[in-house]
Amino acid sequence: MNAVIGGILIGLAVSLMLLFNGRVTGISGIIGGAIKPQKNGLSWRLAFIGGLVFGGFVLQYFRPNAFIQLSSATGIDYMIAGTLVGFGTLLGSGCTSGHGVCGISRLSIRSIIATLTFILFGVISVLVFKFVRGSL
Amino acid sequence: MKIFIAFIVGLIFAMGLGISGMTQTQVVRGFLDVFGDWDYSLIGVMAGAIFIHSILFYFIKKRSSPLLDSKFHLPTKKDLDWRLISGAAIFGLGWGWAGVCPGPGIVAMASGNINILIFIVFMLLGMGIFKLIEKK
Repeated sequence: MNAVIGGILIGLAVSLMLLFNGRVTGISGIIGGAIKPQKNGLSWRLAFIGGLVFGGFVLQYFRPNAFIQLSSATGIDYMIAGTLVGFGTLLGSGCTSGHGVCGISRLSIRSIIATLTFILFGVISVLVFKFVRGSL
Repeated sequence: MKIFIAFIVGLIFAMGLGISGMTQTQVVRGFLDVFGDWDYSLIGVMAGAIFIHSILFYFIKKRSSPLLDSKFHLPTKKDLDWRLISGAAIFGLGWGWAGVCPGPGIVAMASGNINILIFIVFMLLGMGIFKLIEKK
């Protein structure tokens, strides 16, 4: 049930962004655009990222359980994963928020295909990880 | 005002991620681990977010422009090219390998978890590599 409540909050958040600012809330795209600001401006991107970071501190204070990580992945794994996620999301023009939530909501074929693709490869990745390490 | 909205959207989005369990790598990888101890929380999050946003998207798009901008900035690409597919595949591999995507990664930085911080540094690196290659 918490999953659905959280999802509804996310749906409301991205709707506010569209209604007021007319923008898609694609987190990888917003971060990517902030690294090398182009015509779309830097300030709103940094403000959005600031909101995410601030939200993290609010959660850390009121709901620290949200950050308990149970994983056998090591620092090297996070390096590999981070690099792939950063490169892949910019090459594929989106991540779980931009394609998965915003894109699917407007029935974009590109986003539907992208979402199915990253879920499929996520499943493969988890299978390989379990095979190599014995557990997640 | 646009900057304030972007910050609030980021804050609400972070709350949604934290409440739904998406800031925990075991919940995300639990969803991708379809042949193991499957955790379907992620579907609840996506369904909740898409349900709300698809309805609100329909009404918001009836407006000629957003409240704080002269026009909507929606993706216009329609073609299913190799960049979309391979980018989504690379992202999926990284997503499954550690269980982190860009949004939850940024939010979970507040916990001070070293692996999450490593992930974000390398995600920015991966984005930087993409921008360098793209320029050529």
